[in-house]
Amino acid sequence: MTTPAAEVVLEAEGLTKHFPVRKRGRAALSREVRVVHAVDDVDLRLLRGQVTSLVGESGSGKSTVARLLAQLYPRTSGDIRLHGEPTPLATARGGRRFRAYCRRVQLIFQDPFASLNPVHNVEYHLTRALRIHGRAGQGKEQLRAALANLLDRVQLTPADRYLSKYPHELSGGQRQRVAIARALAADPEALLADEPVSMLDVSIRLGVLNLLRDLKERLNLAILYITHDIASARYFADTVLVMYAGRMVEGGDSETVTQRPAHPYTRLLVESAPDPDRLTSEAGSLGEAGGAGEAGTAGGVGGAGAPVPGGEPPSLISPPAGCRFHPRCPFVMDKCRTELPPRLQVGDTGEHWAACWLFEGVAA
Amino acid sequence: MTAAATGLTTATPPPDLTGTGGAPRRGRGLRRFLVNGKVTTGLVILLIFAVVAVLGDTIAPYDPSKRSSDILQGPGWKHWFGTTHIGQDIFSQVIVGTRSVMFVGLAAGAVATVVGVVIGVTSGYLSGAAAESLSAISNVFIVIPALPLIIIITNVVPNSGDWTIALVIGCTSWAWGARLLRAQTLSLRRRDFVEAARATGESTWRLIGFEILPNLTAIIASSFIGTVMFAVATEIALAFVGVSGISEWNWGEILFWAQGQQALPQGAWWWFVPAGLCIALFGTALSLVNFGIDEFVNPRLRSNARRSFRAADGRRVRMRVGFTPVVQAPPRGEDNER
Amino acid sequence: MRFFLRRFAFYVFTAWAAITINFFIPRLIPGDPVSALVAGMRGQITSDQIQSLTVLFGLDKHESVWMQYVDYLEQLSHGDLGISFGNFPLPVTSVLASALPWTLLLIGVTTIISFAIGTLLGIVVGWRRGSWLDGLLPVTTFLSSIPYFWLGLIAVSVVTYAGYFLPISGGYDPGLVPSWNLEFIGNAIEHGLLPAITIVVASVGGWLLSMRNMMVTVTAEDYVTVAHAKGLSERRVVMGYAARNALLPSVSGFGMALGLVVGGTFLVEYVFSYPGIGLQMLQAIARHDYPLIQGIFLVVTLAVLAANFLADIAYLALDPRTRKEG
Repeated sequence: MTTPAAEVVLEAEGLTKHFPVRKRGRAALSREVRVVHAVDDVDLRLLRGQVTSLVGESGSGKSTVARLLAQLYPRTSGDIRLHGEPTPLATARGGRRFRAYCRRVQLIFQDPFASLNPVHNVEYHLTRALRIHGRAGQGKEQLRAALANLLDRVQLTPADRYLSKYPHELSGGQRQRVAIARALAADPEALLADEPVSMLDVSIRLGVLNLLRDLKERLNLAILYITHDIASARYFADTVLVMYAGRMVEGGDSETVTQRPAHPYTRLLVESAPDPDRLTSEAGSLGEAGGAGEAGTAGGVGGAGAPVPGGEPPSLISPPAGCRFHPRCPFVMDKCRTELPPRLQVGDTGEHWAACWLFEGVAA
Repeated sequence: MTAAATGLTTATPPPDLTGTGGAPRRGRGLRRFLVNGKVTTGLVILLIFAVVAVLGDTIAPYDPSKRSSDILQGPGWKHWFGTTHIGQDIFSQVIVGTRSVMFVGLAAGAVATVVGVVIGVTSGYLSGAAAESLSAISNVFIVIPALPLIIIITNVVPNSGDWTIALVIGCTSWAWGARLLRAQTLSLRRRDFVEAARATGESTWRLIGFEILPNLTAIIASSFIGTVMFAVATEIALAFVGVSGISEWNWGEILFWAQGQQALPQGAWWWFVPAGLCIALFGTALSLVNFGIDEFVNPRLRSNARRSFRAADGRRVRMRVGFTPVVQAPPRGEDNER
Repeated sequence: MRFFLRRFAFYVFTAWAAITINFFIPRLIPGDPVSALVAGMRGQITSDQIQSLTVLFGLDKHESVWMQYVDYLEQLSHGDLGISFGNFPLPVTSVLASALPWTLLLIGVTTIISFAIGTLLGIVVGWRRGSWLDGLLPVTTFLSSIPYFWLGLIAVSVVTYAGYFLPISGGYDPGLVPSWNLEFIGNAIEHGLLPAITIVVASVGGWLLSMRNMMVTVTAEDYVTVAHAKGLSERRVVMGYAARNALLPSVSGFGMALGLVVGGTFLVEYVFSYPGIGLQMLQAIARHDYPLIQGIFLVVTLAVLAANFLADIAYLALDPRTRKEG
């Protein structure tokens, strides 16, 4: 099962981003600095030839992580290392360093229509991408060949038919493929896909995901797949990381995390996906089997039951103290309210971890 | 997993909704723009004026300043628009004056548009103190009433000629377009395609010039036309009031003499009617083109033929453009229930 | 509240800008004609008046510009705008005081009327799209392209032909003395009719068009369809939902339009010799009456700013989005 350790392409450690909040009214006179804690202390690794998935609901900070990794805005603290080399903060400001960076790390946006300029056709988009990264070759012939090559890679053939089209003339799936082609024009090593299929019709999603997998294998890319749909993460990704309210709460092999979720929030996510099989059985599985197998030893469960399906994510300006999930957590203990749980190992393989006090002292 | 399921992964091309194959969108768009009746009318009128402006002296039947003995004659064969109090041919005056009018109008429009684009787009794209101050400056210029200011400045500056007038008008009327552009740029900047272009590695100048600016062309065109209208009206007002330096026989100058020579009490309506009509016509033509641009950008504004149809129960339902028709079901009697 | 404060701060800033522009304009005049005029009047004006003119026009070459500016601001705060050369020996403020009410009345009344008519017509035309009313649009466009003053000339000639059924010049009959009695007021209204009609006809088009465009955009919105589907009466939907929302840009554009209206009104006053500020300004320019020019520009600008501010307050009351806190 264990493959030789794949090469780490992009790595983030302690990544943090705080957005300053504009002070209104009387607060403008006070000295306190209010920030939106969008991302706090995120560690992740993108390995060559593997898909890492970042799962979370809206507002969990996952898109911010993608943009931080793409250096679209500067991080507040933490390190980002490309092939082990740390990237300075100034990279986000643009210029040659930024261009050198983005040649190796590319971002695909969520909304395929919005991410293409409506006044330019496909040829313009791809040509610019090629030119900026110096891969347009000399002369028209080489350019045409490069364009055809790109379109061929994303399975938009024959190329001539698509080059002159404008974004509004393409279907959603085609636009996303063009966006992927644009990202590939730079010949990157890491691809950050920010919810690439969320805005596509369900029937098209599989096609685009399969394309990404195909590209990953052929070009040996490291892919970060951001999504709110944990089921697609299981299908597509090798590793799953779960985010909540700006912090990472669980991580591990995708099969393990989705089938045997440890953190109460992950369990909530998994439970929320409608499953026809489960509708027939009455009680939720959480009260008895599943996570309780490990959690049973930790006392104070206080009323078995599924996590409250309602509830809202907390305000990121003043997040709750301690574990950020504790206001909604059915297994909440006193410790959760005051102390932030570190990453604790779950199970015996050492790959699966959860930031939850339930797993304190459980490591095999 | 290989790409075995090629059938699924190859996207099927959508039906060709546009109907003209792969014709470049801009060409098609231009044609659609021109087909609009309003626009063609406006452009034709403008073209006529432009031709008159260029040919000016050559097609005027008389030298407009030349006196003659036909004093204060009404329109007739010899003088199509009649004559002034010293026998000058008004028709020639109008024709020769066209050049100055159009020149100042277009020049002022160009100056104002360029300044407005630079300031508006810059203040919309950048953030921070520079942008805020640019925005404040444009707001100040919008609110300060333009005409009094222009009148004062043109009187104060010596030796004003056509260029000076155009410059003064241009430098006081750019603010309105700048504010419009700033608002649009602000909203465009947030859009994904600008971020995506940035993520691809585009430099700031290319972002502004090639990504944002092309999306602003409709607004820029519309604001240019609006400014030309304002400039024409203003320069004519200036001439009417007697600001010196505008080249001879600007339409406003004709009106100035008409007013000064008491044309009205003498019943010499032909003296001032043609000039005014020309102004109105020119302005209308510009407005029509502006409408065309508006409707092109916002298809909802088109006023098309009405359509009505018969509903299933025989009633006529009128389709109103822009509305989703809401039809009330007629009340049913008891026996119709089942 | 925040919106209000921001707008207020903006207007204070703009007022300062206007005052400063006003300060610089006379100093741009080449050849220093003011000194010559003042010198010519040496014997006739008091030293106080000379002093105020000096401050206004920077006649004292020994003072630095900054000091001149400070003195100028100080003098303004006392309400001293200098002596009018053309209406000598009246101070500028009294000339303005006699002319301002006429203009305010004219502009105020005509703006309200044309705004009301134009907006109502715009609602109707925008609501009934695709009907014959759309034919009104080219007509109104044509009318709105006509310069105000030319329309005034036409009006004058029409009345002249038709036998002077309305007075065509002046604010009131020359024989009457301005006072608050019915006869005078009636006469004044009579004299104001032609200028007012001219301005209304010329400016209605603009309001109509902008309202129509906004109505068209608003009626395509979903909440109007919902209102229809709820079964509300047509009138209720038009007035309570569509027009209420379409009105907002007109109100906020009101301020900008006002600047144009002021300019146009000046010319109308000129045509009709209506004794308002516009006429005063044009006469002052012809007579090189610099103090009066400067004073008029200042007063007009401040008045327009005040009107804009009022329009903003109206907008604040109408649009709940501006009242959102935080």
